[in-house]
Amino acid sequence: MSVKVTIDGIAIEVEPGTSILNAARQIGGDIVPPAMCYYSKLKDSGGKCRTCLVKVSKGSEKDPRPMPKLVASCRTTVMDGMEVQNITSPEVIEARKGIVEMLLVNHPLDCPICDQAGECHLQDLGFEHGAVKTRYEFDRRTFEKIDIGDKIQLHMTRCILCYRCVFVANQLTEHRYHGILNRGDHSEISTYIQHAVDNDFSGNVIDVCPVGALTDKTFRFKNRVWFTKPVEAHRECDHKDCNGKVTLWYKGEEVLRVTARKDEYGEVEEFICNTCRFDKKKTSDWVIDGPRHVSHKSVISSNHYDFIPLPVVKSNPVLIEANKEQFERETRL
Amino acid sequence: MARKLLLEHINVPGINTFDVYRSKGGYASVEKALKTMSPDEVVEEVKKSGLRGRGGAGFPTGMKWSFLAKPEGVARYLVCNADESEPGTFKDRYLMTYIPHLLIEGMITASYALGAKVSYIYVRGEMMPQIRILEKAIAEAKNAGFLGKNILGSGYDLELYVQPGGGAYICGEETALLESLEGKRGNPRIKPPFPAIAGLYGCPTVVNNVESIAAVVPIINEGGEEYAKIGIGRSTGTKLISAGGNVKNPGVYEIDLGLPAEEFLYSDEYCGGIANGKRLKAVVAGGSSVPILPANLFLKTINNQPRLMSYESLSDGGFATGTMMGSGGFIAFDEDQCIVRNTWNFTRFYHHESCGQCSPCREGTGWMEKVLHRLEYGHGKMSDMDLLVDVSKKIEGNTICPLGDAAAWPVASAIRHFRDEFEWHVTNASEAVTRNFGLAHYADPLPKPEVVA
Repeated sequence: MSVKVTIDGIAIEVEPGTSILNAARQIGGDIVPPAMCYYSKLKDSGGKCRTCLVKVSKGSEKDPRPMPKLVASCRTTVMDGMEVQNITSPEVIEARKGIVEMLLVNHPLDCPICDQAGECHLQDLGFEHGAVKTRYEFDRRTFEKIDIGDKIQLHMTRCILCYRCVFVANQLTEHRYHGILNRGDHSEISTYIQHAVDNDFSGNVIDVCPVGALTDKTFRFKNRVWFTKPVEAHRECDHKDCNGKVTLWYKGEEVLRVTARKDEYGEVEEFICNTCRFDKKKTSDWVIDGPRHVSHKSVISSNHYDFIPLPVVKSNPVLIEANKEQFERETRL
Repeated sequence: MARKLLLEHINVPGINTFDVYRSKGGYASVEKALKTMSPDEVVEEVKKSGLRGRGGAGFPTGMKWSFLAKPEGVARYLVCNADESEPGTFKDRYLMTYIPHLLIEGMITASYALGAKVSYIYVRGEMMPQIRILEKAIAEAKNAGFLGKNILGSGYDLELYVQPGGGAYICGEETALLESLEGKRGNPRIKPPFPAIAGLYGCPTVVNNVESIAAVVPIINEGGEEYAKIGIGRSTGTKLISAGGNVKNPGVYEIDLGLPAEEFLYSDEYCGGIANGKRLKAVVAGGSSVPILPANLFLKTINNQPRLMSYESLSDGGFATGTMMGSGGFIAFDEDQCIVRNTWNFTRFYHHESCGQCSPCREGTGWMEKVLHRLEYGHGKMSDMDLLVDVSKKIEGNTICPLGDAAAWPVASAIRHFRDEFEWHVTNASEAVTRNFGLAHYADPLPKPEVVA
């Protein structure tokens, strides 16, 4: 038993209970709505950032009325015969542009000094859907940086309050030591009186953070992500919930950081423990599986090619020699 | 003078005590419902009455009750929303302070109709005196055998609890209220599922306003059809209006729905006109969330019909020239009031009360507040009005709960109707901080509508 849903004119059959967003991801391509707060591995996440708004132009086969408002595609389940408009609806494009502007109202835009730059979802979102210039002319909210635990730094100024880290702490760890304080645009992620966040899976809050609010202190200011080379590796981890499958981010011979493996939507495939993430930074700790494939759209792939460049120049011997040097330099990392 | 259903005995001394309330015919609806009617008959009676939710949205109460899921072996709850915090609205507080047993009586009858064994009254945290009054009233009712086990020998058990809130406006939104009642952060839930399917502790729940529940008492006493005779069209019964602002006699009035707005504002029986002999400039008809109207559009609809105090007539003309009944927080502004300052004040409230869960409301309310603050203090620009309208449009309809809409409507409507005054604040910035724009043309008779051939 499956239900048929049409997104931007592309029909697909999905399991009943699938959300519109996940149905769109099954189709793939340009029609997938962006998601800043939804995380498929975290229960109850989503619905907050409103970037995934879509227009339901036909509710279902039984009840063909359109839905009166734009709906959050991550939290709306598909009905049989539903027709959804995403990039084909000017209304959705306009609303999304507004949401991006709102998200950037209190964001410091300090990308040049932010460790997340290059793999930041807000950067991608702003680039794809945002306006060129902000109309916001007032002071932005600022917070002091705080250390939550000895390996994680929280810089609340950059936070877009997606609540993902709260869900990680709720669902992966035994105790949640951090949460949301205050309300409205004063609300902040914080720990109770700077209580350290300390448990085996706390490091995953770094991976799920869509912006640079939660950063890895062992990696902060070490390098830009697009100068590092991602390599897949694994080890026998003795933690019962961790299978030790990670991505190592190399700069030359050195492992600068370890993260979980992320898919094309920036979601981790499997969560990893803090030992793998923070303490195993030698190549000898790991069994290398091969280079990590990075989408050619990502800035991270800009200095790396996972295919051998074709020899373009075939006749001029000087240029062939130069090409060879270039190729060696490219593949040295 | 129209008959009062809710506030009939409000001036009887000691009506807040059980004995006096009982001697005035109180708790008759409980006796009638429990002894002679089945729960479904009570729901049917409320449906027949055409009672619409008095909290703001105006959804038919009987319909809401009939949507309640009734799976076997799962508890059902009735929750009374007494988290009244809309600026301009103070009718529920009045009701709870002076005639608390009316609410208790309504709660018992409504809980019986819904089959709830435990019911809650969620009272806003600032209303500490009212919480004590309600707790005393519950104790009295329990002593008299109207609460607890086997009420009046009918075999129906009910426990009623009063829960103080933390003083957040957002907890008046029904799902945020349920979250708060469960002891969590008061963030609205994402719907569906609606509370009628999965509400408090995941069980089917009905959330009703204080006044809606109190209105169940006369409906059961006199029958739904009798109740439906009062009022006009689909706006049946009586409604409490809390009149405030620059009126001569501010206070809580019980009106028959369908009363002409002009009569409500100017007759001595109700507001008594504008105080100090001034003229009316603008009206917020149903609490701060509804669109503001200039005097001429409030008294007459765009088709030159007299505007009535009813759900339909107030929303006549849609958002272009109409407003909404809302929660009945009637605020009148005289000619010396500044609409820009008032709009800024409302926006400051929504900025302060936004829960911060979804981004358009969290960031947009603060942004609008800052722009309006700039306008009010003489640093505005001509482009600010369009910016405000655009930001309010980006918030409206794109949020999880209606707070985003409630924050956007006052701003959008103020600019729609009072654009001259906003522009004056930019062009005459130094003058604007010392004096007000005045009445201008806002009370002029409406132009004759064009005859459509």
